[in-house]
Amino acid sequence: MLSKRIIPCLDVRDGRTTKGIKFLNNVDVGDPVEMARLYYEAGADELVFYDITASSDRREIMIEVVRRVAAAIFIPFSVGGGIRNLDDIRAVLLAGAEKVSVNTAAVLDPALITAGALAFGSQCIVLGMDVKRVAPSPKIPSGYEMVIHGGRTPMGLDARWWAQEAVRLGAGEICLNSIDADGTQAGYELTLTRMISEAVTIPVIASGGAGTPEHLCQVLTEGRADAALIASMVHYGTYTITEIKQYLDRRGIPVRLSW
Amino acid sequence: MTVIIDYQAGNLTSVVRSLKALGVMGEVTQDPEVVAKARRVIFPGVGAAGKAMATLRQLGLDQALLQCFNRGIPILGICLGAQIILTHSEENDTPCLGLLPGRTLALPLKPGLKIPHMGWNKVRFLRPHAVFKGLPEAAEYYFVHSYYPAPAQAAMVLGVTEHGVEFPSAVGWRNLVATQFHPEKSGRFGLQILENFLAWDGSHAE
Repeated sequence: MLSKRIIPCLDVRDGRTTKGIKFLNNVDVGDPVEMARLYYEAGADELVFYDITASSDRREIMIEVVRRVAAAIFIPFSVGGGIRNLDDIRAVLLAGAEKVSVNTAAVLDPALITAGALAFGSQCIVLGMDVKRVAPSPKIPSGYEMVIHGGRTPMGLDARWWAQEAVRLGAGEICLNSIDADGTQAGYELTLTRMISEAVTIPVIASGGAGTPEHLCQVLTEGRADAALIASMVHYGTYTITEIKQYLDRRGIPVRLSW
Repeated sequence: MTVIIDYQAGNLTSVVRSLKALGVMGEVTQDPEVVAKARRVIFPGVGAAGKAMATLRQLGLDQALLQCFNRGIPILGICLGAQIILTHSEENDTPCLGLLPGRTLALPLKPGLKIPHMGWNKVRFLRPHAVFKGLPEAAEYYFVHSYYPAPAQAAMVLGVTEHGVEFPSAVGWRNLVATQFHPEKSGRFGLQILENFLAWDGSHAE
């Protein structure tokens, strides 16, 4: 039986993680490669790197990080943030990432999804979705609207429609982030996650709001998610991946317990 | 020399890096003459069967692989490389390499079941094989696929995995062994499989 995936997300700026982690002897680790290795050994099923680099030579710095991470860990990892075109996708994949997450660029230029899928296979192309709850309207019947530019720009685009459209265009997976839940540590947006997961045939990674193992339990059952993204709850040492997985195992959720 | 066959079906970086971690420099090649001289071959790949077979034929790699199989050198197929070794694939209705008799079939669509089968899953090994020795029962492996290999002979199925159906996830016959999952992305148990393969002489363990 397919295990539910637990996926730590690391924000990287100018080649360093923005939040140090304290899960090993309370030592702060700001090197993304070292963090990747620690999470790999701690039982992460996959990793997500989110590039928030502001500098102009951003690509080179991130590509070098990707190259070093790929040499250090032997589980899949994806890279998102600032992917604008096919050249960006190619550079990240050839540096050793398994998947690339496209978000803003895919909304602005949906053909990028198809181009990426044709060039590298659907399994490489993750659709990143930043979604905000709104009042349902004829234009946004699901009551969830796509936002881009890191949550600043509402697009007047229905999230459920866009998820299905992206699958048609060739996306292989969806990473679904709730802007409303993000950073709250009060639990994932279960209604949204379930709606999107039931609307598509491809796997959905839930993101935004994780604070406790019970939150993961909820989103992987009620929310119908195939995987759960986590950040602060493990970065700050509140929980280990082992603790989270053991909790989920006791609740009857299939997880990978041996690594 | 361990040769990794590049037929423009996906990214070979992770296979190369896994071998490097095991102390082996694999040679990535599209050249059938290099393949013909190989002592050991890894045949990875992701993507669609139709395009992959067209590229293999165009590059002359289909014949080179057949020669490798007949020469008895150890061959490891991964993912798409575990599918197009069979006679035929349901994907794009494609005639394939036919190293082993059998067909590649689509995973059935079922309510609540996601396709592609993406993530970590167990393999229930049915017969012992040198390439899969030393692996704990609880080990899981990373899968990402929508089709699976179905060899014609039950004896060729070394291991099975469940996702809506129970499908062959490890296949082997003579000097050929193949996994539907990605050992290069399956943590230390995957590395163990690669290490076993690098030490295997190609004789079929009964």
